Amino acid sequence: MLAQFGFGVFVLTFLTALFSVGAAVVGYFDKSDRWVESARRAMLLTFPLITLAVLTLAYLLVTGHYELQYVYSVTSNDMPFYLKITALWGGQAGSLVLWSWLMSAFTSAVTLRKWERDRELLPWVIVVTSITLAFFLSLSIFYENPFARWWQTLGGNFVASMFAPIGAVLATPPDGQGLNPLLRHPGMILHPPILYLGFVAFIIPFAFAIAALVTGRSDDRWIRITRRWTLVAWLFLSLGLVLGMRWAYDVLGWGGYWSWDPVEIAALMPWLTGTAFLHSVMIQEKRGMFKQWNMLLIILTYALVIFGTFLTRSGVLSSVHAFAQSAIGPMFFAFIGITFVTSVALLIYRWKDLHAEVEMNSLFSREALFLLNNLLFMGVLIVCFWGVVFPLISEVVTGQKVTVGPPFYQRANAPLFGALMALMGIAPLSAWGRSTFKTLGRALWKPSIPSAIVPIVLIILGVHNWIALVGFTLVAFVIFVTLFEFWRGARSRQKRQNENILVALWRLAGHNRRRYGGYLIHLSMVVMAIGILGIEVYQTTTQKTLAVGEDIQIAGYTIRYDSLAQFPYTDGRIVTRAVVSVFRDGKFLGELHPRYDYYPSGQPVTIAGVRSTLADDLYVVLINWENISAAQAPFKVYHNPLVNWLWIGSLMFIFGFLVAAWPDRGEEKREGKI
Amino acid sequence: MLKSLQTVIQGRAKFIVGGLLILAAVIYLIVSATQANAEYFMTVNEIKSKGSSLVGRSLRISGAVIGDTIQYDPQTMNLTFEIAHVPGDNASIEASGGLAAVLHAAVTDPTRARLTIVYNGPKPDLLSDEAQAIITGHLGEDGIFHADELLLKCPTKYQEAVPSQVVNGN
Repeated sequence: MLAQFGFGVFVLTFLTALFSVGAAVVGYFDKSDRWVESARRAMLLTFPLITLAVLTLAYLLVTGHYELQYVYSVTSNDMPFYLKITALWGGQAGSLVLWSWLMSAFTSAVTLRKWERDRELLPWVIVVTSITLAFFLSLSIFYENPFARWWQTLGGNFVASMFAPIGAVLATPPDGQGLNPLLRHPGMILHPPILYLGFVAFIIPFAFAIAALVTGRSDDRWIRITRRWTLVAWLFLSLGLVLGMRWAYDVLGWGGYWSWDPVEIAALMPWLTGTAFLHSVMIQEKRGMFKQWNMLLIILTYALVIFGTFLTRSGVLSSVHAFAQSAIGPMFFAFIGITFVTSVALLIYRWKDLHAEVEMNSLFSREALFLLNNLLFMGVLIVCFWGVVFPLISEVVTGQKVTVGPPFYQRANAPLFGALMALMGIAPLSAWGRSTFKTLGRALWKPSIPSAIVPIVLIILGVHNWIALVGFTLVAFVIFVTLFEFWRGARSRQKRQNENILVALWRLAGHNRRRYGGYLIHLSMVVMAIGILGIEVYQTTTQKTLAVGEDIQIAGYTIRYDSLAQFPYTDGRIVTRAVVSVFRDGKFLGELHPRYDYYPSGQPVTIAGVRSTLADDLYVVLINWENISAAQAPFKVYHNPLVNWLWIGSLMFIFGFLVAAWPDRGEEKREGKI
Repeated sequence: MLKSLQTVIQGRAKFIVGGLLILAAVIYLIVSATQANAEYFMTVNEIKSKGSSLVGRSLRISGAVIGDTIQYDPQTMNLTFEIAHVPGDNASIEASGGLAAVLHAAVTDPTRARLTIVYNGPKPDLLSDEAQAIITGHLGEDGIFHADELLLKCPTKYQEAVPSQVVNGN
């Protein structure tokens, strides 16, 4: 009964979304506020409706209604309550429902704002968001229905379907298959919804951009309205990526966090265009330039968000390099194609209205450096895109299947990332408009001096890898420039206002949140770069089978195998857990407990024993091997220098974001009520 | 008027040159990295027919694992096994009844071309009979494939499985 109810609510929501599209279009062309208002209310209604369907599904998951195919595939009797809840997005059908739900939450929130002088944008914001929502709902209704049930046909076969096939009886398995054990991890519990929040929130600036194009408003109103949405989208997308890395590091047991897998790249690509967008809109706000470019960036970001969802959700990649295995593949292609072509056509139609208000005339001005930043992000995007599509192109053109692995991405992207870091150091010191090489040089020399000392010190300390030398020097350069900027600002304020230096610093950042929040985010990025450089350049690994009492050496550490135990855990998995002792220079540092868990489904999960410090991580993996015995066990050990700074940087990133995005009354007053 | 136009063009020129330089740099990076790191997909049949001309090239092959041939020495972590040929293109896999059926047919057919794989490292969890192995590495002079990386997939194991027993309801 509940399954039909949930499905019915879904269909109703779908129709409501379609209605709001129609009502908004009618309202716009008839200049009828009543129709627009009706569209807005329909849009608002979708959120409680989907919430109802989600609650229904959650209830079915928690109470173990295994007659539902989805419930059967992601939950089982032995799973704890919280995992049954997270199973909501543990599978294909459920994660699409989550997508729609988050999407309707955001679009409802945005339609609740006071529209007043932006009234003309409203119908088109509704049209864009409702079409997107309706598309995702239609996937859930027609292709990946979370409410489909098992039926046993007359022939004895099991079929999953929403409605009873002729002569079939409902089949209820006594237990489900359970959530994939790899997904039973805090990082994986948070990773999908957070990444989706990032994806979904980017639809809001896109919707306003399209509304601005349709209505012909060529000012930067759409950017100012959606600035915080863009920031929120960017925050969640960034955090989603970091959580995914952390999950990979903790659960996959291969000693790394990023493997340039197409799924990872799918999530990275909208981040790249989104980050470029975040930077270039500032130029439009300050100088009235890059209007066409910003439109293009947000259109691209939206297309990449949908493309990313498609890559991760269509099953395209889980079956090796086979396109369109799942029925939703062609649907996604059609949707991306139609929305992209329509958006670009609109942009071309308005192209002339979006000309720059001033000409760019100096190569060393801040706007030129922002342009460079954008080009570099586009460069990384092209590299990533090429890596994903090159196999397809090659196969079509030469008939030969070729692929490129992580070394391709590393080699092609490293110089671009290096250049981006250098820009993070240079751009804050440049001036708007007419900045020359001379004025820029004058601002640069002070922080350059301590940065120049860094490679010398590093060489003396024994760092000879040139990638590490360049990388760490750039890191130092950005840190010095940023601190110098903070100091310079606080210092001048201290003199002017006669304040204590700390008070001055606080008020300085408080009155220019966007700028100084941005600087903090730059700092967090280079702190993350420290971790990335450390593990990419200096990771070492060794492997050996150890008898009890034997040890293995790596990077000055000695790891001794002490004992092994095997025991069942309450949720049915069999845990195999080794105890190893870690020594350095004969000094005992502690025990680690690498283990692997065998779940009833037969899937093993390897959990490394990690000793994590600011200097390095010791990452010990107990290798899963059926003939393992207490007497001897195989181990693989990774030494990951500095990797902790990657996670520290991500925490700093959140802090910087809060500074940048915190509501600023002064700014709102200056810009007029938002 | 003419003069201002000239300055505009001059002003633009340096940006166009700069933009082209960056574009050239990106293209160079992509081309050189692609050339250095391209891995060629091969089926077992293709490797057998091309033979020694492939020695030294970076290859990626896909095949069905033959369970009986798996040998693993946990002391030295030397792993060897054989894979049987499976077709490379998806259409023919679909036409033959899906990946699981193709893998099963490949393993049970003694006339299929087989390739020996050597790998040093931990035995992957999913290495078992009828699993699909995707292996990156290179072909040795001896016709044995030296793997750098193993990726295994069991297509039928978790998703889309049909319940084996049910409590009948209505």
